[in-house]
Amino acid sequence: MSILLKLFLSFLQVGLFSVGGGYAAIPLIQYQIVEVHGLMTMEEFSDLITIAEMTPGPISINSSTFVGTRLAGVFGAIICTLGCIIPSFIICLTLAHFYYKYRNFSGVQTVLGALRPATVALIGSAGMSILMLGLFQSNIFGARFENFHVIEFALFGVCLFLLRKYKINAITIILGSGVVGTIIYLVKGLLV
Amino acid sequence: MNKEMSKKTILWTLFRTMFILSACTFGGGFVIVSLMKKKYVEELKWLDEDEMLDITAITQSSPGPLPVNASVIIGYRMCGIAGSIAAVLGAILPPMIIISLICVFYNQFRTNKYIAIALQVMRAGVAAVIFDVVINLAKNVCKTRRVLYIGMMITAFICTYFFGVSAMLIILICLGIGIADLLIDLAAKKKGDAE
Repeated sequence: MSILLKLFLSFLQVGLFSVGGGYAAIPLIQYQIVEVHGLMTMEEFSDLITIAEMTPGPISINSSTFVGTRLAGVFGAIICTLGCIIPSFIICLTLAHFYYKYRNFSGVQTVLGALRPATVALIGSAGMSILMLGLFQSNIFGARFENFHVIEFALFGVCLFLLRKYKINAITIILGSGVVGTIIYLVKGLLV
Repeated sequence: MNKEMSKKTILWTLFRTMFILSACTFGGGFVIVSLMKKKYVEELKWLDEDEMLDITAITQSSPGPLPVNASVIIGYRMCGIAGSIAAVLGAILPPMIIISLICVFYNQFRTNKYIAIALQVMRAGVAAVIFDVVINLAKNVCKTRRVLYIGMMITAFICTYFFGVSAMLIILICLGIGIADLLIDLAAKKKGDAE
């Protein structure tokens, strides 16, 4: 079996079975690439996760591109990514079709109404995790007061204020916090 | 929604906005949902807020990467299957380009201390964006004045954040509660009609 076909089939399975976001995909990719096909060592694989977490974009797309490029160049990256998104593309298209067909029925509205508070909570929980990582570089259970990052806390406060009060563009806020924060740390490094 | 927009403009806007959002999404699927909400609900007014929440619930319960799933649905809503393809291309191209480049400069990238600092401090900005969106959404849940919904929101938050219950499970349980709510509603109506 050619390596491209192997990669495509592996990532098709990753795409099909990674329910519940990026972190669900990691063990699946590890199983397919490291254990079943032996295409990468465990060390290369952990490098891959590091990069996938450091760069923007969904982890499974990042990993499929990384694995594909390493093993079969640009064409490999395209094949892996396609494999990864084809199952969800078909499934979501089907769900979207039914959602828009039936969403205006009052019964469907009642059921969907119960899902909305949960979705708000899920987004809130993800925000909380990122905030804790920013403030303590750990989750809430590992948070220690001596690890409290004052600079990040101040940035968070300023950003939230700018967003609420002046409705500043979200992407400006994200990139701006990166630039301003890095400069503050560099200046602090020079002074100490 | 802007009806004068031609199909071509919509497709291009879908591709362009997804491309930018995807290129700036550090830290997982829910970050991009917050950004999408700001872009498509508040700025372009393509979707209403409830719709965006429904889409989030659907994407969360389907397999595959959340941003890709959301692009499929939003694209389909705006422009059918062509819209889905345009939006998905926009969502996957930035990570593909960035990772391909990083593959080449991997060692320099991983050990660069400025990149490490920037990624750490950027979390403050990302968290602020998500909090801003969640404050608005939570306000609207409270505005329904239904104790059931407000209680569900608080319970779901505690379950996911403090006890690590999976998002999938939370959505399935709430789906169950929603169906029960509907059945109770229907039964009450039937009783009212009979009397």
